[in-house]
Amino acid sequence: MAEKKSIGKEFTKGLIAENPVFRLVLGTCPTLAVSTSVASAIGMGIAATAVLFCSNIVISALRKVIPQKVRIPAYIVIIASFVTMIQLLVKAFVPALDSALGVYLPLIVVNCIILGRAEAFASKNAVLASAADGLGMGIGFTTALFLMSTVREILGSGTFLSGIKDLLAVFGGDISFNGFTIPFLNENPLTVFVLAPGGFFVFGMMIALSNKLAERNGKPKAEINGCASCPMASSCALIADGKKCEEADAK
Amino acid sequence: MKIALSLLLTAILTNNFILCKFLGICPFLGVSKKLNTAVGMSAAVIFVMVLATAVTYPINTLLKANNLEYLQTIVFILVIAALVQLVEIVLKKYMVSLYNALGIYLPLITTNCAVLGVVLLNIDNGYNFWQSMVYSLGGGIGFMVAMVMFAGVRERLEGCDIPKSLQGLPITLVAASLVSMSFLGFAGLVDNMFA
Repeated sequence: MAEKKSIGKEFTKGLIAENPVFRLVLGTCPTLAVSTSVASAIGMGIAATAVLFCSNIVISALRKVIPQKVRIPAYIVIIASFVTMIQLLVKAFVPALDSALGVYLPLIVVNCIILGRAEAFASKNAVLASAADGLGMGIGFTTALFLMSTVREILGSGTFLSGIKDLLAVFGGDISFNGFTIPFLNENPLTVFVLAPGGFFVFGMMIALSNKLAERNGKPKAEINGCASCPMASSCALIADGKKCEEADAK
Repeated sequence: MKIALSLLLTAILTNNFILCKFLGICPFLGVSKKLNTAVGMSAAVIFVMVLATAVTYPINTLLKANNLEYLQTIVFILVIAALVQLVEIVLKKYMVSLYNALGIYLPLITTNCAVLGVVLLNIDNGYNFWQSMVYSLGGGIGFMVAMVMFAGVRERLEGCDIPKSLQGLPITLVAASLVSMSFLGFAGLVDNMFA
């Protein structure tokens, strides 16, 4: 029973308390890049969740086999294999998503959330707990992407869930539902929100909001704490010297 | 020559890797607090980007000849990781002063999406070898331009009176948004110049 409870906890912590995007500030590149439309954000979220779930399981299962010194390259190979699988699946079944995500789909390999979770969690915990952690973090990532893209799509293009047809087409059948149009904003979209500056701005506001909520619950602010969250921390020459990236120039 | 110049300007200004393509946001937000660090990190990125392109281009030709294009992602990330390690070892042994300036940033670059991104973009855009090299160089310089500019902005932010909930990361992102907006002004520049 105790085991079960802790697995539930591993799963739920990724959703809010340790949301990878808003709390741990990981995976910022894809968050900003694909959140221009809700449909591609959901697609990206599902793809990354699948990779995270599978790679966490395999890495956790192999945690006693992989030698300590070559673990980062080993993790990268495992992650890259799953990304290649997902890439081929997406290309075959949802070609529209493949063209919407473009180069960001193979770039899931270098998504810090995945390598970060492998290093911080899967390499130290049992398979079941790692699977729960991967799924929770993946869903947390998808939720964050969904929130970001909702704001950006509604304000920036005046639509919601536009292009969802291509995603739903995977389940077969003829789906005519293709999102909503927002009355006033559709004619007068605030285009800047789907452009790069809007991405940074909305993300900043989301972090501010999540900080506010965290503060109310007595939790610390989200911050890029340089090295602590960096997946390369273990092989970093600076840490070995007991310094941080920020202090590099002061050496 | 004209093509090279237009590629270079596109990568630096109109399609800046950080500010328009969102590649390499982690170092952009994490390592841009001080000017020296920003310059060191970006110099290392330029170096690795150009080197990675030079190495992966022939490998891609090889993969293509054998119909193994689907292996691109896994092969490239491994090649880049191995390359970075190799460069680090060589620098440490033979060029100590360069290692002290750049070496410390090298491990961080292995999993930098800008490096894998530029390699994949070169292939997606169908550039030939020289075009790829120029585009990578431009991408790296663009990275440096954004980092250096932003380091300047951040140094100013230190002394500002910022609303409490925006302090820290949120105001940094808002500042990044404004810097990125200024780069929107370059849209169409390259097309008009070479029209």
